[in-house]
Amino acid sequence: MPEYRHLLIHEVGDVTVVHFRDSRITEDLSIQELGQELFQLVEVEKRNKLALNFAGVDFLSSSALGKLITLEKKIKAHNGQMKLCNIRPQIHEVFVITKLNRLFDIRKDEADTLAAF
Amino acid sequence: MVDQQWTWQHMYLIPSRSGAGREVQQEILYELKRQRWVPRDIFAIHLAMEEALANAIKHGNRYNANKSVRVRCLMSPELVRIEVADEGVGFNVSQVPNPTDPDRIEAPSGRGIMLMRSFMSRVEFNALGNQVTMEKERSEAGEPLLGEGAVQEN
Repeated sequence: MPEYRHLLIHEVGDVTVVHFRDSRITEDLSIQELGQELFQLVEVEKRNKLALNFAGVDFLSSSALGKLITLEKKIKAHNGQMKLCNIRPQIHEVFVITKLNRLFDIRKDEADTLAAF
Repeated sequence: MVDQQWTWQHMYLIPSRSGAGREVQQEILYELKRQRWVPRDIFAIHLAMEEALANAIKHGNRYNANKSVRVRCLMSPELVRIEVADEGVGFNVSQVPNPTDPDRIEAPSGRGIMLMRSFMSRVEFNALGNQVTMEKERSEAGEPLLGEGAVQEN
């Protein structure tokens, strides 16, 4: 399994669980790198069940939201599924304000997320 | 924008590269914590600041190393004001599409201004569109540090 600079990956059955190494997902350059790593999971490694666990993420900017949207499109194009979980309330508010809570499948925690696949 | 008795203010010049505003943001966030702003307000200010700086660096100055972003932050016991100005040509704010429109919801960008307006008490752009002034009113106690600190100019 390749080593990722911004991601921590582990498998639970056929689900790929992704944690983020960065507590603050900001800065254009870092987000570009993060996006490439996420896209690689889908396009190169052909993982089609992704659980993005935001535990430990304190802050993210709108550029990060853009990468998640692109990731969602890519995984759907590969007939896969993506779910998000453990989003802290203030960040969840960002998803609600931008109405992206309607685009993404957001779950409470990892157990809930894994059960939903 | 409301006149205030500012107890803290600093001016900064930031180069136009990704991540260049980090130290400035940290300094402002530290002062907000010191002045006992609640975490919810600090998150809001942090997010708005991040979006404004990203816009100034990326869209305003287009990562031009010869251009800077000017940031001024002022704090009173009940209000924080942040001004972010770039050296770009500006833009027409009224023409920014609504990112929550159904045909824009899956767009990879275009949410920054909306988030600024949602999280701050007031957001105003100058006529040219290359300077934004944002204000946040203190939402709840945390008792502010009254009577402490003369205005510090950087």
